[in-house]
Amino acid sequence: MDFFTFLIQVLNGVQYGLLLFLVSSGLTLVFGIMGVINVAHGSFYMIGAYFAWSLSEKLGSFWVALPAAIALTVAIGLVLEWLLIKRLYKRDHLYQVLLTYGLILVFEETRSILWGDDVHGVSIPAILSASIPLTENLSYPVYRLWISAVCLLVAGLMVWVIQKTRLGMTIRAGAANREMVQSLGLNIELVYRVVFAAGITLAGLAGMIAAPVSAVFPGMGNQVLIVCFVVIVIGGMGSVKGAMVASLLIGLVDTFGKVLHLEIGGLKLLPELSSMTVYLLMAVILLWRPEGIYGRRL
Amino acid sequence: MNAHRIAIAAFLVVVVALAVLPLAADKFYVQLFAKIMIMAILAMSLDLLLGYTGLVSFGHAAFYGAAGYALALLTPQYQAANFWTSFPLAVAASALLALVIGFFVVRTRGVYFIMVTLAFAQMLFFLFFDTKIAGGSDGIYIDVRPVAKIGDWQPFRLDDFTHVYYLALVLLVLTYALLRLILRSPFGRVLAGIRVNEQRMLSLGYPTFRYKLACFVISGALAGIAGYLSAVQFGVVNPEMLGWHLSAAVMMMVILGGMGTLVGPAIGAAIWMLLELGLQSLPSAGGVDFGKHWQLLMGGFIVLAALLLPNGLVSMIAVLRNRKGGIGG
Repeated sequence: MDFFTFLIQVLNGVQYGLLLFLVSSGLTLVFGIMGVINVAHGSFYMIGAYFAWSLSEKLGSFWVALPAAIALTVAIGLVLEWLLIKRLYKRDHLYQVLLTYGLILVFEETRSILWGDDVHGVSIPAILSASIPLTENLSYPVYRLWISAVCLLVAGLMVWVIQKTRLGMTIRAGAANREMVQSLGLNIELVYRVVFAAGITLAGLAGMIAAPVSAVFPGMGNQVLIVCFVVIVIGGMGSVKGAMVASLLIGLVDTFGKVLHLEIGGLKLLPELSSMTVYLLMAVILLWRPEGIYGRRL
Repeated sequence: MNAHRIAIAAFLVVVVALAVLPLAADKFYVQLFAKIMIMAILAMSLDLLLGYTGLVSFGHAAFYGAAGYALALLTPQYQAANFWTSFPLAVAASALLALVIGFFVVRTRGVYFIMVTLAFAQMLFFLFFDTKIAGGSDGIYIDVRPVAKIGDWQPFRLDDFTHVYYLALVLLVLTYALLRLILRSPFGRVLAGIRVNEQRMLSLGYPTFRYKLACFVISGALAGIAGYLSAVQFGVVNPEMLGWHLSAAVMMMVILGGMGTLVGPAIGAAIWMLLELGLQSLPSAGGVDFGKHWQLLMGGFIVLAALLLPNGLVSMIAVLRNRKGGIGG
């Protein structure tokens, strides 16, 4: 593997990792702040991608579709929290898992009824469709760099909101002691609703910007969900920093698992078993730190 | 008659009714009820983890599917496997898998346990889905069913759907009895203690890791019994058997019937299977084919059940009975 091929794979790994971060940070925030495990989180990745595809077709432009899709996802999040999720705060994790699993079935079938079961593609917007030439026959698409940039921007924005703003202060206080914040006269219910909507919109946004490079297909959310679980187990539940470190780790491990060749005693391991690599990484972390790299001790 | 006697009488009535069912029902219902009994074994095996030990496993299908795949891989092409060797080997395969996965997952708690069990089960799913082991994503057929010969004598034939039905019934009763024995034993008491307060059990000097791991392995092995039966019944194994939709369905069966009751999850399995069948045969309405999109209604049902039925149907009966007696809930 020469330098430029290696560079491309590193960039791919980082881009995939950052995208994973966008999805898993939403999941970890909702859990860390509200104590709700949302199994349907991956569905919003799928919904985001389908919104991006369907609205780009209807509105004619990815750039018009993007804000519209974000607005729709936020609206779904607000309604969902008000209708169902708020009833889960005091419930056992088991019921949170079941209810949100039920939502997965509802979302998947609604998607199937509205948009069918075909695989779709979204074309890369013209302004980002160029490629940066690296050598004579190797180049790197600008759109992938743009994905990474958007993810980093959102990550920065998120840290700023949580650490530096009044809303962030309320959110952190609410995570520590819900009743106390409420008795101080702050509308914690509204804060939770906003946090939930923001959390799923992070997943939705990831689906939207990933749509042009990955296809839009049924079940795409569930694949992402499982990998996000691995991210959170490795990084530590509720930790945004952990989600970032683990996402990048998994992005790189998964990408290199698919391109490296590994054979031990004639037994082909990589890339044949590349879908196992991230789980093996998780197993190692579990032996070392069962609560994740940045998780609180259990 | 006290409640205990009523329960025993009801249990016997159900077993006798199941025993005579093939005499009266046609093939479709015999196979349906065999499938329900297989699912009941699976649901009871999960109840040991979920209801009695408080371990919320979201990857229980892995152990069910593993036994099915074990049978598929033990069956030589165009020939029959031996039931007396393949059955214990398949169950042992599930137990071994549960030992390996359990070694990692039992270290974690709460929501981590849920995520890690799901992740490891999906790893197994992708192992069979992505590679060419046993037919890849299409699965593999077991063309010739295992033969249960002892010398020249063949007590039952697994290519006969009635015999599979009775085998499932016998194994269902045996699984139930075994679980009851386990739960009554000191070992079962420790598991209950872990559910209520693991820290306390640790302080009392119980190595809870080992107890939880043993419980995980027993549960996985029993799930393997169900998986083997399922592979024998339909002669096919595919990655769906390991998938998380089945894991979630089994969890619903346990919750529906009532966790920590053993009988409840078995009833839950029956309700779930009949509900699935009912929804799948729904007609089209308003331009939507509900039979094809039955999971839409199933999803809505799960959401409602999670909101409204915290302790399952068995507890509903208890609540109603209390109300009748004027004790009040």
